[in-house]
Amino acid sequence: MVMNELLEPFDRMLEAAAPVALVRAVEGGGSAASMWQEIAGSGFLDALVAEEHGGAGLSLADMEPLLEALGGRAVPLPVAETMVARALLADAGVAVPSGPIVLVTAMAQPVPNALVAEHGLVDTGRALVLCPVADLAPAPTGVFHSLAARLSGQPQGPSLARLAGGLRPVAAVLRSALIAGAAARLCDLTTAYASDRIQFGKAIGRQQSLQQMLAVMAEDMIACRIAAQLGAAHGTGVSALAAATAKITTSSAAPRIAATAHAVHGAIGISEEYDLQLLTRRLHEWRMADGSETYWSEVLGQARLGDAQASVDWVRQAVFVEQ
Amino acid sequence: MFDSLTLATLPPADETLRPAVRAFIDEHITAIPMDRRARSWLGFSAEFSRALGAAGFLGLTLPKAYGGHGMGPFARFVVVEELLSAGAPVAAHWIADRQSAPLLLNFGTEAQRLKHIPAICRGEQLFCIGMSEPGSGSDLASVRTRADRTGRGWVVNGQKIWTTNAMHSDYMIALLRTSGTPADRQTGLSQLIIDLKAPGVTVRPIVDLTGDAHFAEVFFENVELGEDALVGNEGEGWKQVVAELAFERSGPERIYSSAVLLDAWLRHLQAVNRTDATALVGRLTAELTTLRAMSIACTARLVAGESPVVEASIVKDRGTSFEQELPVVIADDLAAHPEEPVGDDLYRTLLYVTHIAPSFSLRGGTREILRGIIARGMGLR
Repeated sequence: MVMNELLEPFDRMLEAAAPVALVRAVEGGGSAASMWQEIAGSGFLDALVAEEHGGAGLSLADMEPLLEALGGRAVPLPVAETMVARALLADAGVAVPSGPIVLVTAMAQPVPNALVAEHGLVDTGRALVLCPVADLAPAPTGVFHSLAARLSGQPQGPSLARLAGGLRPVAAVLRSALIAGAAARLCDLTTAYASDRIQFGKAIGRQQSLQQMLAVMAEDMIACRIAAQLGAAHGTGVSALAAATAKITTSSAAPRIAATAHAVHGAIGISEEYDLQLLTRRLHEWRMADGSETYWSEVLGQARLGDAQASVDWVRQAVFVEQ
Repeated sequence: MFDSLTLATLPPADETLRPAVRAFIDEHITAIPMDRRARSWLGFSAEFSRALGAAGFLGLTLPKAYGGHGMGPFARFVVVEELLSAGAPVAAHWIADRQSAPLLLNFGTEAQRLKHIPAICRGEQLFCIGMSEPGSGSDLASVRTRADRTGRGWVVNGQKIWTTNAMHSDYMIALLRTSGTPADRQTGLSQLIIDLKAPGVTVRPIVDLTGDAHFAEVFFENVELGEDALVGNEGEGWKQVVAELAFERSGPERIYSSAVLLDAWLRHLQAVNRTDATALVGRLTAELTTLRAMSIACTARLVAGESPVVEASIVKDRGTSFEQELPVVIADDLAAHPEEPVGDDLYRTLLYVTHIAPSFSLRGGTREILRGIIARGMGLR
């Protein structure tokens, strides 16, 4: 399988490039340059770039497990976003900058990772414009350790044709994969904690009430994974309806997963020095980024109500990729 | 965790079954009212099941040598998805086709296979599963109904209850105690085939809260069975039942129980041209879509030759939560518009599903039991 062959070296590379101490340092305002250099040096940033443009020509579906790995390791850089941007820029014949690129699907709300990005690929509604982030007056949000920033102004720079449906569908699929990856890691951490933590003379994971909560958490985690994969199945030209399905499922599950992880961990889980918060803070940020569950529910609901077919027929045709 | 459960695609060869089964369904169910179709796999029609068998849509995964079609679990997924989402009355053959025939194929003798499987594939032999007893529900290992050896075979005494379709069935495959006492738990249990027309068997239907009688209590008083009643090995009934339940829990029937209601409500929204439920429609559609993908992923584990007990529990628990949510949110939506007329058939369908919905997370293992199985799969118990 392509997936496993790629995933293992990629995850090993991330483990070396983005150890937790460095993740924390970058969030605290330290430089991300060395982390970026290592990730860029691995060659993975051109995974989605077509072979004729010197990339690996992989599909978004091939790369989905790798995007999950980025989420699971809480990598504080827009790696997934840069992969997509580089593929789009190469296709359009626009020179690809070497630094991190964020996908800007709306200017009115904070853009995750914009504080550590050099460029934004901005969807203006008419075109995609590659603009230095510095030209968009990046303003920190004031949220503790968040790398998101508010951007403003008119983006200036090389422009490329807008994808049908704009950048938001592909951005939503990236967020979904990141959420799925963080969810998987949180399931592992929370299950391990429940097995180790002794109260009332036994591991708290032996309590039926916790077992039921953790079972639901695992269901949500798997739903996130499969929905993200469904979103990524169409390739970089993501269908808005597949993206909607992915983002509705993952954005709905994200707060539940974060809540269970914290409930099981107790007070230590909300302490700064414990790693849980690196993942749960991201879940909330990614849930809101590029459209929440209700945004995408309106999109999907409108399309659904506009069609007279039965539900199963409609989802098969509108969302699933059938061979 | 559960890493093998990933997106899978229905193969084109299996998809080719869809138009044919669709045409068959359209021909047979147009006259059935909506609230009858909402009975989903509790809708009983012996004629429909026989016609389905004659058309070649039963026993899809069973070998041709026994009258089946030698296809894989994906083929069954396609056909079952069509039947359930249309609300076809599949109850007559449902348990025989889904569980009894695969069980006999895996554990039965050649004589048992030949006696039952071809007839199941024709929709002519109807089976029920005898598990629950008055004192044994979720704690299935506590069954007390006994089968004791005689010189000529077995004699059965005791009682089963909540047995779906017992009053329509020809045979029951029952989980019985063949040695020891209830204190021995999983050891000493065996599965036996009971001819429900045998002397000493009494079947008494139980009326449910919708007015239907879809389940029954079954009494056994010195019921004599031959040596050939035993399925598989004596004392291994528990192991066999667990394998069987993976078939029961993984299919698309855990998603589509309320599909007729969902589609009726969507048609209502379209007819009255209302847009204030758009986000709700989108959210429910996304959940249906994700569940379908999860169910196909689970089917892929069956195709790979695994017995995805935990994965099937994950799909069933989430699927039944969705099936149960639908009547709740649809009722709220409709009644939030007091000036808007709601058709009689939609109203009856809504209330039927509302009332029967608690059964969705009881049958085939309760929600709490399934979550316990998932927790065990996570290493928590």
